[in-house]
Amino acid sequence: MKIHEYQAKQLFRDFGVPTSEGHAAFSVQEAVEAAQRLPGPVYVVKAQIHAGGRGLGGGVKVVKSMEAVREQAQRIFGMQLITHQTGPEGQQVRRLYVEGGADIARELYLGMLLDRDRGQIVIMASTEGGMNIEDVAHHTPEKIFKVWIDPRVGLQDFQTRAVAFALGLGGKAVRQCGSFLQSLYNLYVAKDCSLVEINPLVVTGSGDLLALDGKITFDDNAMHRHKDIEALRDLDEEDPREIEASRWDLNYVHLDGNVGCLVNGAGLAMATMDILKHYGAEPANFLDVGGGATAERVTAAFRIILGDSRVHAIFVNIFGGIMKCDTIATGVIAAAREVGLDRPLVVRLEGTNVELGRQMLAESGLAITPATDMKDGAQKAVAAARAYAANLAR
Amino acid sequence: MSVLVDSNTRLLVQGITGSAGAFHTRQCMAYGTQVVGGVTPGKGGQTFDDVVPIFDTVAAARAATGANATMIFVPPPFAADAIMEAADAGIELIVAITEGIPVLDMMRARTYLQGRGSRLIGPNCPGVITPGQCKIGIMPGHIHKPGHVGVVSRSGTLTYEAVGQLTALGIGQSTCIGIGGDPIKGTDFIDALQLFAKDPDTHGVIIIGEIGGSAEEDAAAWIQAHMSDKPVAAFIAGLTAPPGRRMGHAGAIISGGKGTGQGKIAAFEAAGIAVAPTPGDMAATLLQAARARGIELR
Repeated sequence: MKIHEYQAKQLFRDFGVPTSEGHAAFSVQEAVEAAQRLPGPVYVVKAQIHAGGRGLGGGVKVVKSMEAVREQAQRIFGMQLITHQTGPEGQQVRRLYVEGGADIARELYLGMLLDRDRGQIVIMASTEGGMNIEDVAHHTPEKIFKVWIDPRVGLQDFQTRAVAFALGLGGKAVRQCGSFLQSLYNLYVAKDCSLVEINPLVVTGSGDLLALDGKITFDDNAMHRHKDIEALRDLDEEDPREIEASRWDLNYVHLDGNVGCLVNGAGLAMATMDILKHYGAEPANFLDVGGGATAERVTAAFRIILGDSRVHAIFVNIFGGIMKCDTIATGVIAAAREVGLDRPLVVRLEGTNVELGRQMLAESGLAITPATDMKDGAQKAVAAARAYAANLAR
Repeated sequence: MSVLVDSNTRLLVQGITGSAGAFHTRQCMAYGTQVVGGVTPGKGGQTFDDVVPIFDTVAAARAATGANATMIFVPPPFAADAIMEAADAGIELIVAITEGIPVLDMMRARTYLQGRGSRLIGPNCPGVITPGQCKIGIMPGHIHKPGHVGVVSRSGTLTYEAVGQLTALGIGQSTCIGIGGDPIKGTDFIDALQLFAKDPDTHGVIIIGEIGGSAEEDAAAWIQAHMSDKPVAAFIAGLTAPPGRRMGHAGAIISGGKGTGQGKIAAFEAAGIAVAPTPGDMAATLLQAARARGIELR
């Protein structure tokens, strides 16, 4: 789960991580009032969307008067902000953050995340602040300094000193860096974060450390013990189809292709997308119905897939292990009837009672194309999508 | 022979009284697995299906039954605790089926396991099966056939897919290990491959990976260095997955440009390992790799 910068900065304050003063705003008027509560004379008006790259897209402006705050708030509020992370359609700006300008001497990078190979949290620090850290990692990996935290004893002082020296800090900043990192680690562990990123972390003219930006992602699996964090979720930032899918415990990711997929198991669902591509089509989605593919959940899945007008065919690919194929067939038939199937449907069933399942599909009176195996099903789904698209074009 | 589990394995089930735990315990027993006890705190002294004694703690269950393996169906918030309890009780093999355990919980549990004698499989996995002898987990037993191919995989249904293809070709399996789809897990590819490499009854291996992390790249290098005598076929899922999105499994995510399917396939190919072009070709690719070396798999 992701949150906005202003929410991340509030968590920083709660845990004693120094950050600039600022206020969230949900309208132009609120943005001006937010600025009036700041000392000035420099203000920063920042669009609050989950995607990165806001500055390059015109969503962050530094201004020097109340007039300019209003002007920029008017311009940014409601705009479709396009960044390298939003896709070409962009993301509408519904929230702003107004903060005081900072006296920046140096810009650094700081990240805290899971290193899955070691099974430990790693701190990544770099002198190349303000840059895209993936580019830094790719072109100049030696400019990224790492320390790993042993979960038995937590972050140690010698480690925070090492980070400080690697960042070229000296004097009081070394000790400040220690408490900064300890606070950040406390936040990471207390709130089950999966990523905390500060880019840039700045050294001010007076030599203090300040988190000028803040990005936090949380472990979805741990949200049951963080109702306060869950309350920060902004549904406007999520794909409505994905929100609907999560209501039904369906693992769904929307993609740009034209063959919808309904599969059991995450690995098989990914492999189904891949095999469609192999035979020349693009998958419209990732969808794992999980182990309990009941008629209700299959129906919900069909509704979500068919709600995408770009879908020209659906490929149901189920390896019914313990679940019986006749149960799945019942679900597919009920779902197809209820949603009024208007596009080609190819079904591949495998597992217990497969003959009975196939027979039920054949006798259902629905236009279902049966497939003998995964390759057969994928080829038939690709052909069906092409035929449907050709028909539409006519 | 086989690896990890066989007809002598004596199994406990933690979370035996929950609906999934109860259902799959019955399935395992029907397959022939020796389920010697269950653990549900507060229900000690009761009996599951009139045959399996239930205990309050793993330690008590082990003392009374001599169990050497456990299968965990405990809900995610409590599952890491259940894993550590099993390790503390000295259970040799811990198979955690539970999906959705918080990462920081698993980080602590894995650290706790270091230096203790337990091996953890999973979490978020289908389990382990030695066909005809012992099934620990949620995989459909009937698709398997005793034989000589080892299967190791991050994905449940793709394992079934591979097993189904092998069995359809008349090729049996020695042991199938689902290592699970989480980013932090007890047993990784190399751990499982080490077992297969040492097992004289495993004549070939199918390895099924997916996007995220670098375990496949490490496995490819390990196979090239240590298991060149056995034919191996690989499959990687997620070539079409967009970066930065979690594809169902908590561990299936391309982040920072790392963990792409293309990179993993390149690593296998560079190590001289055959990669199945589609998920429908996993068994056929292994068969071909074996024949190229004059090995006839059965």
